[in-house]
Amino acid sequence: MFDAVVIGRPAGSIEVPASLPGTLPQDYPLPIIVAIHLHPLYQGNPARFTGSQTAIRIKEVLGKYPIETGNVYTAAANYHLPAEHDKTFALTVDDRVNYACPSIDVLFESAAFVYGESLTGILLSGAANGDGARGLAVIKQSGGLTVVQAPETDQSTAMPQAAVNTGSVDRILQPMILRDILR
Amino acid sequence: METTELEKLEVNLLLEAVFQRYGHDFRQYARASVHRRINNIRNHAGLETVSELIPRVLHEPLFFKQMLGEMSITVTTMFRDPGLFLYLRDKVLPYLKSYPSLKIWHAGCATGQEAYSLSILLQEENLAKRTVIYATDFNDAALDTAKKGIYDLKDVKDYTKNYQAAGGHRSFSEYYHAEYGAMKLRQCLKAPITFANHNLAIDGVFSETQLIMCRNVLIYFDKKLQDRALNLFHESLAENGFLCLGRRESIICSPLRKKFVALDEKHRVFQKKTGRQYV
Repeated sequence: MFDAVVIGRPAGSIEVPASLPGTLPQDYPLPIIVAIHLHPLYQGNPARFTGSQTAIRIKEVLGKYPIETGNVYTAAANYHLPAEHDKTFALTVDDRVNYACPSIDVLFESAAFVYGESLTGILLSGAANGDGARGLAVIKQSGGLTVVQAPETDQSTAMPQAAVNTGSVDRILQPMILRDILR
Repeated sequence: METTELEKLEVNLLLEAVFQRYGHDFRQYARASVHRRINNIRNHAGLETVSELIPRVLHEPLFFKQMLGEMSITVTTMFRDPGLFLYLRDKVLPYLKSYPSLKIWHAGCATGQEAYSLSILLQEENLAKRTVIYATDFNDAALDTAKKGIYDLKDVKDYTKNYQAAGGHRSFSEYYHAEYGAMKLRQCLKAPITFANHNLAIDGVFSETQLIMCRNVLIYFDKKLQDRALNLFHESLAENGFLCLGRRESIICSPLRKKFVALDEKHRVFQKKTGRQYV
């Protein structure tokens, strides 16, 4: 039913949802693409923020990678991570969107265009600037499933709230259940 | 027809119209970014569909000029990825010093910050007087900004930090004059630079060069256009010439990879092999 999962992870997400993709089994049947808000000067590998606890492969996108099942993809600071029409990645260094690069909206909107109703978008809570709200609305318009982490489970709740306010959210879930919905 | 398919068709038609009317070729650009840009332009113009842009582009050259500015990516900074400039200073320029005269091609220079960074580097390494930097872009508006060499003063803190990280040993303030919230780069930094219009998608090679910098341009191209650009670079480079790409760009996926040696994986510096080596 679904072909891909996109996750928006703002800075300062709490431990449980942050490591969400890392707890999935190696043979997880969908590609997962994660846009992580990073400090512009952060030079390290963003993959560490997804906290791999199992054998699932977490890859930093370095070029025009094909989007394949069984992988979790992330992008480095200062690179947007849009999904390309032929289901590959095409990193860009465009202007920041919502002061963020990579921007969650850029990932969500491009993935909604490619995957349409076969896409699940999950927006985690954290230090917030509203990035991701528009993207979730576009996923919803395209017929996909939209999920946000329940705002009250994190100290800083503005981001999912902005999305909830758009009226485009299908489910609002606690972190533990969030993991179940992926399985 | 699905709306996404329809939008793809509309974008195809628009790009074809742009190409046939003005010769600017975006048909082989990575599409996700092109769609995003075009939709922004459509929004600003207050239009409902992408195809409504077609008559405006065809009949209003001024509208197209504005659109062209928005189609090109002008995000840049001085000494971006300072590690690369440090590498150029320590490893590449000492080698290039053996040439009596030098030509450098900075392809996709946008508003020029990197070309001026190079100019500073050359001056500090005593190479400025015998070097020509060809800084090219297809965006005339960006080139005009580049020629002026005047930038927003709010960025100067980042520029200074990058300059120092790139091995700069002077005070960065020696290189600019600050007034009215702007910084104007010193005239002597402009001397080695020739700014000119060149389009990697349609134009050819214009000079033999010893060093080419083309950073964060190829990521916007599809594979075919990437290969076209890399072929241009290979053709333009003298034997043992250097090619610097962006941090997330590589020649690994290109047939050209065998004609270059990767000198520094981290900073994406490649060297053209000599005839003898690759026989």
